[in-house]
Amino acid sequence: MFYILCPYCKEHREEEEFHPRGQAHLMRPEDPDNTTDEEWGDYLFFRDNPRGIHHEMWVHSVGCRKFFNITRNTVTYEILETYPMGEQPTITADDPSVRHEQGAQVADGGWQTVGARPENTALNEETSS
Amino acid sequence: MSDVQEFQTRPTDTSKAESPLEWSLHEQKSLPHASNPGVTLSEKPFLGQLIVRGGAIVLDEAVREVMDMALPAKPHALVSDDSGERSIQWLSPDEWLVIVPGGEEFELEQKLRKSLGQSHFSIVNVSGGQTVLSLKGNRAREVLMKSISYDVHPQAFPVGKGVSTVFAKATIILRRPEENGWELVIRRSFADYCYRWLLDASREYGVSVVR
Ligand SMILES: [Zn+2]
Repeated sequence: MFYILCPYCKEHREEEEFHPRGQAHLMRPEDPDNTTDEEWGDYLFFRDNPRGIHHEMWVHSVGCRKFFNITRNTVTYEILETYPMGEQPTITADDPSVRHEQGAQVADGGWQTVGARPENTALNEETSS
Repeated sequence: MSDVQEFQTRPTDTSKAESPLEWSLHEQKSLPHASNPGVTLSEKPFLGQLIVRGGAIVLDEAVREVMDMALPAKPHALVSDDSGERSIQWLSPDEWLVIVPGGEEFELEQKLRKSLGQSHFSIVNVSGGQTVLSLKGNRAREVLMKSISYDVHPQAFPVGKGVSTVFAKATIILRRPEENGWELVIRRSFADYCYRWLLDASREYGVSVVR
């Protein structure tokens, strides 16, 4: 079980009080009349599935029933921060310290098979490129 | 006056009112009665309960004017008036639960609506949807420790606090209005289940149910 900090209740609560609600920071196209089918498709159906840092929307469904955002590592399940709706994350996959810490692939390349463990751990190292 | 239709939901004739625990508690011929109870359980039926939503500042002005009480602005705060019969509890940054003696809620709702005027707010009378259980006794906290994952140690849960959390897989509001007394605001459809759970969980400490 996780203890999750609700930014509205301002205290840690049991995971069973929360529900995940998918990727955070999705922006509805601002000009719907001039949006292509592809852009609509991306907005409606396509979600990131990164290995590493991911920003997700969660809801404190049994407590204050407010939605908020979580920055979470999908490899270690570690919750790095929680922040209210309308705010931006302070920790992102571009953060060099995060890249080093997680020791795993982030969104922009590397392992192709999600969930597979590389036989050679060297594959898991950050490349200097 | 706002343009919302209000109506008195409490019957004014002599028809019999039934609490959610009518069958499992009030109609039972004999109730658990331990000689030296560690836990005492009772229902506070037919209270007036309103869910008030809106901005904290306008609502605070209105409840000060109408109820002569301040709106608890801090998370999980629970304030009561001197008699302990009227209380306001923080539920979320824009939502409060107001509990008053049964019968007062309709007039209170009307007064609040009048005071709030055209501000952006919502008041819902939830008196029929939930009921309040009172849990007392020196082993009451141990019963809660078995039933909920929330920390009920006095350091984490002082008097004047209330949270909505999970109780035996059901959603409840847990409040601590006084040193040795806890209140559980439970939903009508879960009332029987929660009551039976409490009886079962309290059995080892000796339990008395007071009508
Ligand atoms: Zn919360």
